[in-house]
Amino acid sequence: MANPGGGAVCNGNLHNHEKQSNGSQSGNCRRNGMTKEAQQNGKPHFYKPIVETFEEAPLYVMVFTYLGYALGTLFGHFRDFLRKWGIEKCNAAVEREEQKDFVPLYLDFENFFKRNIYMRIRDNWNRPICSAPGPRFDVMERVSDDYNWTFRFTGRIIKDVINMGSYNFLGSAGRYDESMRTVKDVLEAYGTGVASTRQEMGTLDKHKELEDLVAKFLNVEAAMVFGMGFATNSMNIPALVGKGCLILSDELNHTSLVLGARLSGATIRIFKHNNIENLEKLLREAVIYGQPRTHRAWKKILILVEGIYSMEGSIVHLPQIVALKNKYKAYLYIDEAHSIGAVGATGRGVVEFFGMDPRDVDVLMGTFTKSFGSSGGYIAGRKDLVDYLRVNSHSSVYATSMSPPISEQIIRSIKVLMGMDGTTQGLQRVQQLAKNTRYFRQRLREMGFIVYGNEESPVVPLLLYMPGKVAAFARHLLQRKIGVVVVGFPATPLAEARARFCVSAAHTREDLDTVLEALDELGDLLQLKYSRHRKSPRPELYNETSCELDD
Amino acid sequence: MDFRRVKEYFSWIYYQYQIISCCAVLEPWEQSMFNTILLTIFAMVVYTAYVFIPIHIRLAWEFFSKICGLHSTISN
Repeated sequence: MANPGGGAVCNGNLHNHEKQSNGSQSGNCRRNGMTKEAQQNGKPHFYKPIVETFEEAPLYVMVFTYLGYALGTLFGHFRDFLRKWGIEKCNAAVEREEQKDFVPLYLDFENFFKRNIYMRIRDNWNRPICSAPGPRFDVMERVSDDYNWTFRFTGRIIKDVINMGSYNFLGSAGRYDESMRTVKDVLEAYGTGVASTRQEMGTLDKHKELEDLVAKFLNVEAAMVFGMGFATNSMNIPALVGKGCLILSDELNHTSLVLGARLSGATIRIFKHNNIENLEKLLREAVIYGQPRTHRAWKKILILVEGIYSMEGSIVHLPQIVALKNKYKAYLYIDEAHSIGAVGATGRGVVEFFGMDPRDVDVLMGTFTKSFGSSGGYIAGRKDLVDYLRVNSHSSVYATSMSPPISEQIIRSIKVLMGMDGTTQGLQRVQQLAKNTRYFRQRLREMGFIVYGNEESPVVPLLLYMPGKVAAFARHLLQRKIGVVVVGFPATPLAEARARFCVSAAHTREDLDTVLEALDELGDLLQLKYSRHRKSPRPELYNETSCELDD
Repeated sequence: MDFRRVKEYFSWIYYQYQIISCCAVLEPWEQSMFNTILLTIFAMVVYTAYVFIPIHIRLAWEFFSKICGLHSTISN
């Protein structure tokens, strides 16, 4: 790969001493050396040793978490009783008088949880902001007079809050500056709305330019862009598979993938998160036994995975999945929403992260929201796949196409990332993100927090477990002018509430140090340092962080 | 000075108790109610222990010593 700036290293195999014999990864990845490579201990070695941890908390933590929820449930029932018998005013939704004898609408656990537990700590979510979501942003201050049933704005603004929650991996989301001049020109020339769908009159030359650029960036034959990232998944999976096909989907897949799979009408089977043995077992069963009653062969088997899972911070084990797919003749669909632009030596996603050939993956999907400061999604792959989608996707027939200034922002970002604007700014940003990620994760581990996920993933979930601590954590951090996203029950398992940090290339070392200091103090105040593998704090950091696991 | 440290320590312990058991997210009247119930149960446990445990231990001691004593007289 071209190396314009002196000293900027872009060889993805920097950390692998033992793989020197394989040479550089450019161009010759089709060798499939990953399974034949050095079969020591009977296990195949891969280019990048995967360092992932999902440490379990001590037992007393889980006991207290469940006790806390039990107390919340008791009080929830008590308050429901008071509300039902009219002793207390009911602010939640209830059925009308005439419908009281019908099937009850609000008695299931999710509604109960929302009414009684979520409502008490609701002020930590949906906080409105009033500036661009750069590394620092402004939050509108709001208070509640009736314990979070209603809010009102005081009119004050909390300025310069450090942003650890927005998906801004490469720092492309920010206020207007001179480098965004082309976006302004396109806005002046094309306006804002397209007023049509792709198949009618909504295909602009900007879209063609963008699609060619995306295909070149990802090193595939062709690509197609859509106006909305969620709709890219949910509207295109039904076009690719249908009845009589089998979808093998990861346990923790995003809602858009689940919705697309359900809409398609294919049979869906779930395999445990990142668990290759489970996936192989399901594949073998599918190939041997075929469809449920008739035992005919499945028309297509599609494996749905994500590049980085946003709640766990784990990265998909791509080489093993590709090996399985080749062996059992299945198709692979990767959703790189969080990993495009964020991992890989030059920001080209998980395929580059593992040093593999993009032709190994059948359908590459991603979004432009996270790393490119824009909105929309793409699907890339072989030319006949993309041509088929242009004709048969619901999105191209019915959905309005991407707005021109948005397309120009993506074009500009990709050009910066590829170095086509003549500077090495893109590459520097990717490396800055990698450095920030490693530093942040290492310091959190040293402090003794339990952090899930892969060492190189910029999405950092920090486990909090107890609902009382979740609320206290978010409130304390906002008081110290740091904005984080905390996640609780429906999005994560009941006992594993967490705070999710999104590291950005635009964060300076001082920003990260401020956040880490605040986390240190808060960890002591709230007793959050549950990890039993605490390392001694070292005076300096090493450059390499992937330790060679000999197993 | 020492008294202030002790007070801070107790308020820290109370805060830990509140966030661990979700009292921090309850409304103030619910917190008082729960604290009252918990203190009542705790007081009852302490009273029962104070009144009954010495007597139970003494009875158990006599019971076991009688068995061991009986055993030693038989084996004699």
